[in-house]
Amino acid sequence: MLVAVLSGFVFAVLPVFAGQLLKGKRSILSALIPIGLFAYFCSYVPDIAAGETVFETYSWVPSMGVDLNFNLDGLALIFALMITGIGSLVFIYTANYLKGDPYINRFYAYLSMFMAAMLGLVLSDNLVAIFVFWELTSITSFFLIGYKNEDRDSRKAAMIALAVTGIGGMFLFAGVLIMGMVAGTYSIQEILSSGVVFQDHALYPVILFFVFGGAFTKSAQFPFHYWLPGAMRAPTPVSTYLHSATMVKAGIYILLRFTPALGGHAYWSDTLMLVGGITMVYTAYQALFRTDLKAVLAYSTIAALGMLTFLIGIGTEAALLAAIVFILVHALYKATLFLVAGIIDHQTGTRDITKLHGLGKIMIPVALASALAALSNSGIPPTFGFIGKELIYESTQEMNSLSALLTVAAIATNVFLIYAGFVAGIKPFLGKLPPALTKVEMPSPLLWVPAMLLGIGCLFFGLFPTLIETALAKPALASLGFGSFDFHLKLWHGFNTVFILSLITMGVGLVLYFSLKPSHKLEAVIAKLEPVSPQSLSILVGKGFRQFSLSWTRFFQNGFLRYYVIVIMGFLVVLTGYNTLTETRLLIPDNTFDNVTIYEVITLAIMVVSIGFAVFSSSRLAAVAGLGVLGYAICLIFVFYSAPDLAMTQFSIDTLTVILFVLVLYRLPKYLKLSDMRSRIRDIILALIFGALITTLTLEVLSEPIYRETSEFYAENAYVLAKGKNVVNVILVDFRGVDTLVEITVLVIAAIGVFGLLKLRLKKSEVN
Amino acid sequence: MKSYILQTATNYLLPLLLLFSVFILLRGHYLPGGGFVGGLIAAIAFVLHMFAHSVGETKRLLRIHPGYLMPIGLSLAVLSGFAPKVISGLPFLTGIWFSDPIPVLGLIGTALFFDTGVYLVVVGVSLTIIFTISEGE
Repeated sequence: MLVAVLSGFVFAVLPVFAGQLLKGKRSILSALIPIGLFAYFCSYVPDIAAGETVFETYSWVPSMGVDLNFNLDGLALIFALMITGIGSLVFIYTANYLKGDPYINRFYAYLSMFMAAMLGLVLSDNLVAIFVFWELTSITSFFLIGYKNEDRDSRKAAMIALAVTGIGGMFLFAGVLIMGMVAGTYSIQEILSSGVVFQDHALYPVILFFVFGGAFTKSAQFPFHYWLPGAMRAPTPVSTYLHSATMVKAGIYILLRFTPALGGHAYWSDTLMLVGGITMVYTAYQALFRTDLKAVLAYSTIAALGMLTFLIGIGTEAALLAAIVFILVHALYKATLFLVAGIIDHQTGTRDITKLHGLGKIMIPVALASALAALSNSGIPPTFGFIGKELIYESTQEMNSLSALLTVAAIATNVFLIYAGFVAGIKPFLGKLPPALTKVEMPSPLLWVPAMLLGIGCLFFGLFPTLIETALAKPALASLGFGSFDFHLKLWHGFNTVFILSLITMGVGLVLYFSLKPSHKLEAVIAKLEPVSPQSLSILVGKGFRQFSLSWTRFFQNGFLRYYVIVIMGFLVVLTGYNTLTETRLLIPDNTFDNVTIYEVITLAIMVVSIGFAVFSSSRLAAVAGLGVLGYAICLIFVFYSAPDLAMTQFSIDTLTVILFVLVLYRLPKYLKLSDMRSRIRDIILALIFGALITTLTLEVLSEPIYRETSEFYAENAYVLAKGKNVVNVILVDFRGVDTLVEITVLVIAAIGVFGLLKLRLKKSEVN
Repeated sequence: MKSYILQTATNYLLPLLLLFSVFILLRGHYLPGGGFVGGLIAAIAFVLHMFAHSVGETKRLLRIHPGYLMPIGLSLAVLSGFAPKVISGLPFLTGIWFSDPIPVLGLIGTALFFDTGVYLVVVGVSLTIIFTISEGE
């Protein structure tokens, strides 16, 4: 399974070395990767359906409990099949949709990287690995949304999506780390079998807060939903794949995956029902006001995600079954509708619903696929959507105290969704063909066949729901711990309450569709509320933050080196000064001055003289020379106290520093004016305080008992473990070799920086 | 500002100082010294030459731009870190040694290669910065 996950990443690197290989007509060959993976995961269906799970483990960072454990159970299989199945169709579709695009191979690379990350996410059993793959999906999604990187709005949408899902990723990370700490393991399997009861733990609300933060941002729940409509700037294959079928369901996946561990508590279900409920009603209602085909689909997608969160919140067996089935239902019909929207956009050049009519006359297969998807979306029998909706109503009926409220919310959402589905899936194909669209051509089969296959899927699984029931739904419920739940998916349940609710929904939805026409006027109405929407508010916060950091930086990093020194010293004085004043225990040994040698006195005298020389000299070079003498005097002190390594290094460094100073200062004019009296007094006071502080700190350090464990370890083991007698050097090249490696890397970066700054000569045309 | 005494002296001092820097590098594992100090001494040797003659001549003497020493040194350090991984499957940067000491040099291990990498990086960095600044406009 490791190969399956990694193949996408490996493929993504390919364009770097063999970019031309996958351009032009050959680009469709990229689709072989997802198709192969789809076949691979299909081969597991019989095993999983028989109740088995496949567990493979690869050691990754064993010292921190992070392993690449892949666990293919019912839930993971559903997602893996969706990711690779819809992925295959999207890969094929893209070959024509982006035909002639110079960077199509790059697009395929991002897409397959995303697919690999998504597979890793749903297959991983390790919480930390899940987080890593989760972040990878956010990052690849950023590149895909911003694929048209010359378009300012695309870049902005990509940034917003990355910011929202990236912050969410941090929340998830915090959540899984706390879960791992509480349970003592990062493996979900081990957590479940260890019998940890998170619900009774004091940190349970904290865990929920962070896990929800991750799931809600990723799955675009209110009030974080706004990144998803913005992400529609991406090419349509991306919207189809990431923003309706797979990535946005990652949050849902996490919630489902954690249900056995975290679910069942009032905090869990109340929060999810509330957030999911608000999301689905609010965004489904928003969909009524949109005229852009993809915007309608985006808002209805968020509503569907809200519905899923809501169902997981209800948390009964029936509700989880409804959620699992609805994930499939939604993936099938929404992917179809997105592909169709892409075809319309590709062929006509517009996505404005008010301008699109009568396309059915030109592209019959597209219209057919679209109609099937719209019917499934509306839950009209005998489509798969009907079964999904019946299950939803059944589960809302179960909640005794709240059932009326929940059912009304579900019905309202579904009514709006019917409208959205009809507007996006059926309306463009009906009516009279406007003159502007008469020259539109039939799209290539590469575009409409994938849509058709998905559309047929919407109908096929409606007619034969037992296939889904035995192969996917039952094992998925079993992986959530409801293996014994007995149910049968079927179209006809008899003439009962649920069926009546379905009829009401369809009726109201159709009435709404025929009475409300999408128009720009309506869109203008909702646009008036834009200034108080979550998106505008968070952008406001972002702008304020940027303004603040700008003025902060201007204040502290104003380019005057002397000012930096003042800030650093002043900060240190304030930070440590108070503590030093109140709690100092100074140690001044009685016999301090008995052991002073004549060499030390002489060195000290040299230091004092050189400091005075450096301070009072009126020439820069003389001041530098004074500082150089001071450095050499310090070397002597090191020698006296038997630190020859330090002395050697200090000596060489000091020499080079003086040389550097001289080289730089040589070019500067002589002192134009010395600093005035006021700033001199300020500097003297600061210097005296800082010096006093350092002296006090040094004396305080002396009064503390010295812990020799570390130095003794090095001294004892330098020769035993590293075969060296010079402990300092052994620490540098062996015990702390990685530090040294990083330090020399930093040195190289600094040198490149100096070289670049001084040697860079911009051509006139490159300035600005 | 040409001083013939300094120039002549430098011509003899440069090889001596370089030899000394290598000596410091090699003895580092047992006695005070090491790649960092050794590199600094070598850099100072070249800077002395630069002061006596000119940047151009020191560059000609070096033949390659000192900047190239940086990637070479870094790669050497990184490779010596990976060597134990490749040879005996030990973690990154574990020290391994040849079993028999070599005359003059003594026992040779990955630490020496790592330190040589440090030496080259330090020489490269110091000379790159100093040459760049002294060339100026």
